[in-house]
This record gives sequence, C-alpha cells and structure tokens, in this order.
Amino acid sequence: MKQTTDTVPVGKPTGLDATAGDAGQHAKPDPTTAEPRTQAGPTTTGSEPTQRSVPGPSPNSVPVLEARGLVKTFGHVVGLAGVDLRLDAGEVLGIIGDNGAGKSTLIKCITGALQPDRGELLLEGKPVSFKSPLDSRLHGIETVYQTLAVSPALDIASNLFLGREIRARGPLGSVFRRLDKRGMRSRAKEQMTKLGITTLQDMGQRVETLSGGQRQAVAVARAAAFGSKVIILDEPTAALGVRESNQVLDLIRELRRQGMPVILISHNMPHVFAVADRVHIQRLGRRAGVVSPATTTAEEAVAIMTGAKQLEATPA
Amino acid sequence: MTNTSAVLSPEDELELLTPRLTPLDRVQRQLHAHPALGPFFVLVVSAIVFNFLNSRFLASQNISLMLQQVAVVAALGVAQTLIILTAGIDLSIGAAMILAQLVMAHTAATNHVAGLVALGLGLLVGLATGALNGTLVTRFRVPPFIATLGTLSIFTSVGLLYSNGQTTQASQMPHILNWTGDPVKIGPFNLINGVLLVLGMYLVVNYILAQTKWGRHIYAVGDDSEAARLAGIRTKLVLFGVYAFAGLLVGIAAWVSIGYTGAASPNNAVDANLQSITAVVIGGTSLFGGRGGVIGTLWGALIVVVFTSGLTLASVNDLYQPIAEGVLVILAVGLDQWIRRVKA
Repeated sequence: MKQTTDTVPVGKPTGLDATAGDAGQHAKPDPTTAEPRTQAGPTTTGSEPTQRSVPGPSPNSVPVLEARGLVKTFGHVVGLAGVDLRLDAGEVLGIIGDNGAGKSTLIKCITGALQPDRGELLLEGKPVSFKSPLDSRLHGIETVYQTLAVSPALDIASNLFLGREIRARGPLGSVFRRLDKRGMRSRAKEQMTKLGITTLQDMGQRVETLSGGQRQAVAVARAAAFGSKVIILDEPTAALGVRESNQVLDLIRELRRQGMPVILISHNMPHVFAVADRVHIQRLGRRAGVVSPATTTAEEAVAIMTGAKQLEATPA
Repeated sequence: MTNTSAVLSPEDELELLTPRLTPLDRVQRQLHAHPALGPFFVLVVSAIVFNFLNSRFLASQNISLMLQQVAVVAALGVAQTLIILTAGIDLSIGAAMILAQLVMAHTAATNHVAGLVALGLGLLVGLATGALNGTLVTRFRVPPFIATLGTLSIFTSVGLLYSNGQTTQASQMPHILNWTGDPVKIGPFNLINGVLLVLGMYLVVNYILAQTKWGRHIYAVGDDSEAARLAGIRTKLVLFGVYAFAGLLVGIAAWVSIGYTGAASPNNAVDANLQSITAVVIGGTSLFGGRGGVIGTLWGALIVVVFTSGLTLASVNDLYQPIAEGVLVILAVGLDQWIRRVKA
C-alpha cells in the first residue's frame, strides 16, 4: 500500500488541517513508521469545527477548495455536523466513510446539489455559494456522478460536449444552428489522447456499445475537458471490474500528473489508497481525520472510519 | 503499482474488448445503430411482393394515391415521433388536429376572417394544445399517457362544442386553407401540395434532430433524463419545447387534412391518432425514448398504406387489413425489444 507516485511534490505536508499538529511531526519520516498517527493525542477537533480550520500552518498557497464547518440537516436528521474539507493544488484527495457518514451529502453541498445550512465554501480562497450543480460547473468544478451521467444512445463526441455543443462557423451555425460535428469529434479525440485513453478510437461510436470502464472514461474525460479547477469523482469504480477499475485509476493518476486537483469518493479502500495523496475520513457527519496513505494503512483507516480507532479525542 | 494495466498493450485490450459476433449479432447491431434500416427493408420487400401479386401496385397512379393517403398520418407521425423520442406518448394529437382544422375553417367561413389569419389562428391553436400537454407533463408531472388521455377528451369535446358538430366544406373557405389539396404533378406522379408540405416537414425535423443542439438534447432527455440533467441540460425546458413544437406540427397537419379531405369535420381522421403511433413504432422509434427518428416514421407510415393498398389490390377481404396492421405493430415492438438487448 505504498504511495509510488513520483510526481507529487514531496515537500507537501500531509494531513494539513485536522491533525496539523502531529502531521507536522510524522509526515516526513520514512514510510516504515506506519503506526504513529493513530496514537495522536487529543486535538481541538470535533467540538469547534469552524475555529479549527483556520488555515494555520500552511506553507503552501491557498487551497484550491476549502469547506469550513459545513452543517446540513434534514428535518432532525443530521447529515453534516460541521465538516471541514481541504483540497490542495495538484493533489488527489480521497474521501472514505461508511454508509450514512455524510460522503454524498458533503459532495452535494460542495457541488451545489444541496445548500448547506451553515458553513462556508472557499474556491481558491474566495467565498462561493452554489445554487445548483450547473452553478458549480460554471465555476470550474466538474463532477462525475455515481450514476453514470452519459447518454447511452449518443456517441462519444456528443456525450463529451453534451450541454456544451459547438456550432458550425458562419451562417450554417448562426442561422441554421448546425452543429460542428467534425470539430467536436476531433476535439474529443484530442482530449482522449491527452488523457492517454487508447481504447477509445472512434468518437462516433455510441456509448451504449462501450464497456463500463470505457463509459466511465468518457465521463471522466468530459469532466477533465471542462473542469478548469477541480474534478470530483463519486464512486467511479463502483460498477467496474478489476481491469476496468485499473484503467480509471490510471486516468486519475494522469489527471494528477497534469496538475488537476481531484476529489475521489469511494468505498473501495485499495483504490483510494492506490491513488490518493491524502485521505479524508468521514464518520457520523464529521471529519474523523485526514490521513496519508504513506503513513497509514487501509486497515487503520477502516478502523477510524468505523470508530474502532480514534484519531481524535472526540470523534462524535 | 502505477502501471498495473501496462501488462496489456492497448492492442491486446482492444482485442479483449471486442466480442466475437455471430451473423445474427451483426444484423442486430446494424439495426441498433440505424433504426430506420429495418422498416425501409420491410417497405421495399412488401412493395415488391404486392407488385408481384398485382402488377398495378407499383404503377405511378397507385403510388400517387398512396402518397396522398399517407399525408395526414405521416404529418401527425412527425409530431408523434418527437414526443415518443422523449419516452412520452401523445394520445391527443388526432383530437388536437381536428380542433385546429375546425378553428381554421370556422373563423374563415363563419367569422369571415382573412384566410391567412384563419390559418395562423389554427396553427396557434395547435401550438396551444401542445403547450398545454407540455405544461401538464413538465410542470404538473402528469405522466404523458394520462395527460394526453385527458386532453384527448377535452380537445374532442371543445371541437364538437365549437363547431356544433357541423362540417365546413372547402368551397366555403378561402382558397389558402385548401391550397394543400391543390394537385401538383411531379414526373409521372399526380400529387397534392399537402404531400410536398409533409415531405418538407420530414426534411426540416430530420435536420433539427440530426444536426442541431436541440436535437441532441431531445435524444439525451429521452435516453436518460437524469443523465441529461446532470450534464447541464434543462430537461424540462427541452420537454416542454418538444410538446409545444409537436403542437405546431399538428397545426400544419390540420392544414394538410383540410386539403386532402376537402372539408373540416369533427369526424375527420378520428383514427389518425392511433395510426400515427403505429407509424412511429413500425418506423423503429423506441417507445422507451432516445432511439429512432422521423425518417423511420415515414417508412412506417408508408408500410401501413402499402399493406392496405396492396391487400386491396390483391383482392383480400378488407377485414384482414387491420389484422395485418396489428401484426406489424406487435412485430415491430418485439423487434425493438430484441434490438435494445444488443451486446456491448
């Protein structure tokens, strides 16, 4: 379970926010010290989420995306009980958590599908609030949803440009509203090449004739083509086989290599630990901690996720 | 660990991903990719068979007659195709067409408004019926089947109340209203203007579906509405637009109908509604939405009229014609179910 990516800036401190104190001590040393972070002493997390996340000891620039003290309740059910989240430039942030831990609610609050009751959202340091998923897209946050948001009967190029079609030049486009199909296909092909997706050659191929992994690749390619700041992947490997999952994980690595920050939500620990730079553990509507795959094993993360182990004094 | 999939070269992967196909699989794939192919094949084969049974079948006279007979159903079929592509269905377009033609005829003959104004009012009524259906479906979330079942009754009654059940003859109307019935000779074929107008409708709507953004969005909404919404398409607006546009097309169908029958009657073309659905289904458009197109519907409408005419010329009892039509519909839907199970 060791991180093998060489492209991640080495100097980047892991576990910047929630466990900033101990992360500073343990992030750098050699990866053989697998244990220490889970024994971290009590920190100030949990009770005062809004104060804790003041971007304290960050030597880097402002995070690309930051959420502070997000609260979302549904009637008397608490979905999010003050969650902080931090995504730094060029990193892959994994988000794990049991069912009902608030992963989906968290993502929906970030993408504008839901509006948080309290808390704030900062995009590149500036406060933002999204009224709809479309709103967040306009701000450069692209989301690939768990339910594959591709249209099976349309071809790859049409799917890539769905909702953002390009019209032909001249009167053909302006008067007759004709689409520039050829242009969209060649640009779709460029995008696939750029992401190293070699199994998709014919952009005129209908998506329903593709395998699950290839469809996911189309969805990710669309996000990458238009997401200028952040790409959020919600359970991208949930419906895929081993080989296809690996293709998607390679795609995520490729995105990181190109400097695109990615949030990866997944149930699948090995997948998260294979590609994430940091892992945000969600538990009972709160962030139970942020760990680095370099210093924490998946088993320990699961223990934190299920409450068997505690990273902080007051987990719930 | 970073290069887990590098074990296989891209070529290997492609080979692995390509399943072995039987000839039947290939046919299924072709039909899947080109939904209008099947009905076109059926049309050609049945035309040849009927011509074999009676050599007058493919005479220019009979072809002209069939084209005239098919005009009204084919016109409604364009509107019906758009709605079925969104995974909806419109049971009310026949009644809406009758209402629109009654409005055209009565405003001109009884209220003596100018012919062009009467035509415009009729088209507007068509548009309004579509907009009403669209509002019910998108805003009040009534399932299309139920919404249009309701408006079917409403439009029928409003038409009867408005016209007092009276038929208006074409001779009482300004000429523009039955311009669609004027004869026009093209090569060996004696047609009416309405036939050309309907062919124009097919060309325009086919262009919209195949070449424009709105067309892509109609397929996307019909295919998977939620996916379309997540891709940033305003699905309800698209859906409403489809119903309203279909209403306008129904208005044009009303104009064609006045020309073809030479009258506007509340009893005109009462079966045209279900026949339009038949044409769409035989034409390979899937009732589940997102697959098909208007060209298939044109073949579908022609297949029905070819069977009707062909069986008549072959001296088969008229009562067998509805049976043939019923068998065709069921076969078409059964075929669609098979095609939709195409292997990835």
